[in-house]
Amino acid sequence: MTATIDTDAPETRAPSATLAVLKRAGVVGALVAAAIAVALIQSGSGIVVWQSVVTGLLTGGLYGLIAMGLTLIFGVLDIVNFAHGALLAVAMFLSFGVVQATGLHPYLTMLVTVPALFLVGVLVHRGLLSGSGGATLENQLLITLGLSLLLENGLLLFFGAEPKNVGLPGETHLDVFGAVVAGSRLYAFAGAVALGLVLYWMLQHTRLGTAIRAVASNGPGAELVGINVRRIHTLTFAIGAACAGAAAALAVPLLSVTPTLGEQFNITAFVVVVLGGMGNVVGALVGGLLIGLVEQLTTIYLDGQSSLLGVFVVFVLVLFLRPQGLFGRRT
Amino acid sequence: MTDTAVESRREARSAGPAPPLRPQNRQFAVLAVLVLLAIPLPLILPSAQGAVAVRILIFLIMAVGWNIMSGFGGMFSFGHAAYFGLGAYTSAYLLVEHGVSPWVGMAAGMVVAAAVAMVIGYFSFRYDLKGAYFALATFAFAEMLRLVTTSSDAVNGAVGYQVPLIQGSSVWQMQFPAGSPAYFWIALVLAGGAVALSILFRHSPAGRYVVAIRDDELAAASVGAPVMRHKLLTVALSGAITAVAGAFYTQYYLFIDPQLAFGSSVSIEAIVTAVIGGIGTIWGPVVGAVIVGSLADVTATLLATPPEFLSFLQGRSGLDVILYAVMLILIVRLMPKGIFGTLADKFSERRRR
Repeated sequence: MTATIDTDAPETRAPSATLAVLKRAGVVGALVAAAIAVALIQSGSGIVVWQSVVTGLLTGGLYGLIAMGLTLIFGVLDIVNFAHGALLAVAMFLSFGVVQATGLHPYLTMLVTVPALFLVGVLVHRGLLSGSGGATLENQLLITLGLSLLLENGLLLFFGAEPKNVGLPGETHLDVFGAVVAGSRLYAFAGAVALGLVLYWMLQHTRLGTAIRAVASNGPGAELVGINVRRIHTLTFAIGAACAGAAAALAVPLLSVTPTLGEQFNITAFVVVVLGGMGNVVGALVGGLLIGLVEQLTTIYLDGQSSLLGVFVVFVLVLFLRPQGLFGRRT
Repeated sequence: MTDTAVESRREARSAGPAPPLRPQNRQFAVLAVLVLLAIPLPLILPSAQGAVAVRILIFLIMAVGWNIMSGFGGMFSFGHAAYFGLGAYTSAYLLVEHGVSPWVGMAAGMVVAAAVAMVIGYFSFRYDLKGAYFALATFAFAEMLRLVTTSSDAVNGAVGYQVPLIQGSSVWQMQFPAGSPAYFWIALVLAGGAVALSILFRHSPAGRYVVAIRDDELAAASVGAPVMRHKLLTVALSGAITAVAGAFYTQYYLFIDPQLAFGSSVSIEAIVTAVIGGIGTIWGPVVGAVIVGSLADVTATLLATPPEFLSFLQGRSGLDVILYAVMLILIVRLMPKGIFGTLADKFSERRRR
């Protein structure tokens, strides 16, 4: 698999590789510009397209944050975590419950959801995924699938299917050069980018991050130099789950909380992960922004079609043509 | 996976003059006995259980289809809803819009599903998608079909199709009074046929090739196995069988919409059924279908009149899925060959001793 948690620090990267990344970024940028231009022609209204672009990018930041946890888990453990969306739903319910019970500001529930989801991640990895029973790829797929069914239907059983809403105290609407943006959307985006940067910094500049990157690039080698690989695996899974916890607290004012809300985010997150390159945290953020854009532009191109259709078309194209992602290298 | 062929030959040498049946003949014999035993069921069972029995058979057909591609072929599909839905929609479309018999519709659905399976398969194998990537690609195709049908007026969009009711009953229209045993018998014939096909396939040259390719593609290719051709044949057969389940589902429940046909829960049901029973075995899907198919009914009864300590769950939904999710996790962790596979291993071990 292509486990590329940025294993090469920028300074060791050969100039040609940097150039290749720049070139690809240029191609992607050109494609996006072309897509926006087509949307402009199609709709004939600048403000409509601008509104779509802004909404798309802001939503995309959230997708990126959710996908970061997923991509981290995939890059280090080679586990496709089908339960990621369900974990997100669990965190949302937790956040909703805390707001209901204590009247805390929704964003502050992060103080609860992040540690809680971290713990859940530890338990899930230690209890279900590590050891021989979770060895093969199919088994991991099936276990995380089972877990996601279990969590979603557990929420359904105990809380019912009716959607729950958490309002953001002091919600405002801002004007961004003519586009109307809800404050909660903007804050969620800013939070997503900030958390993405924290995660990136953690991976690049701390001992734990270095160990995680070492395990991702070469497990047996990391074991040889004294890294406790199983522990790193558990920690990575837990950090990935905690990302879902953080995303939940940021997104809870934006969405209706339902037991199955994870499903749609799961799909989008997988697309983002593949697009950004499995294991690439920065790629996930960029991929998230792109997918947010694709969603919005789809509704302009194909009137009446679901915005997810465009996402899937991009997904299949990327799977077939660049399975290593936009920014990954073929291995 | 099963070295029954070798085993039976070894037995033949040691057991003396009476050679045991070839494994496929033994399996056909078991199938015949099972089908014969099942025939009187709808006459014995009360009508509510009769509906459960039909659902079990629908699950059975789906799981057999999934198992051919993902169990024998090792190509882990997450999108069998695509083939189920194509079967359902092709037959429903032909029946409602053109008055074509559901039998013909079913056959057409099989052809369409097989063709789509081959196209998806061709691109996936051509671009060498493996493991998780393949699973995600199959999932994406199923979801795309769901989205496209939901927003296409040509197939009634999100509303779906209602099978027009006729007076009396007609085999040609595959329609009988509600609760008629004929539905069960038709499903039984279809399910029996699906299992028979899977036995035939498993022991055919194509089936042996595909199992060899699953176990070691490089080795199989290097001794000259035509990898692409046999993989495509496998996915086509798998898609066609799953389409049968979809077409029959439409006739039995008289209704189909994009979510029922192409929703991810359909794919999940096919996977869970086969995995719980025993992935890559002939009888695993049968065992799994009996369990998963009856779970919903058991939990529904339980929740309608719950015992004291479960009373807070009254009228809630989701318990059946929770139970099979737990079962799925436990089985994958503790007995990865599934219920049937594990029992069969135990049995053959004891016999060898």
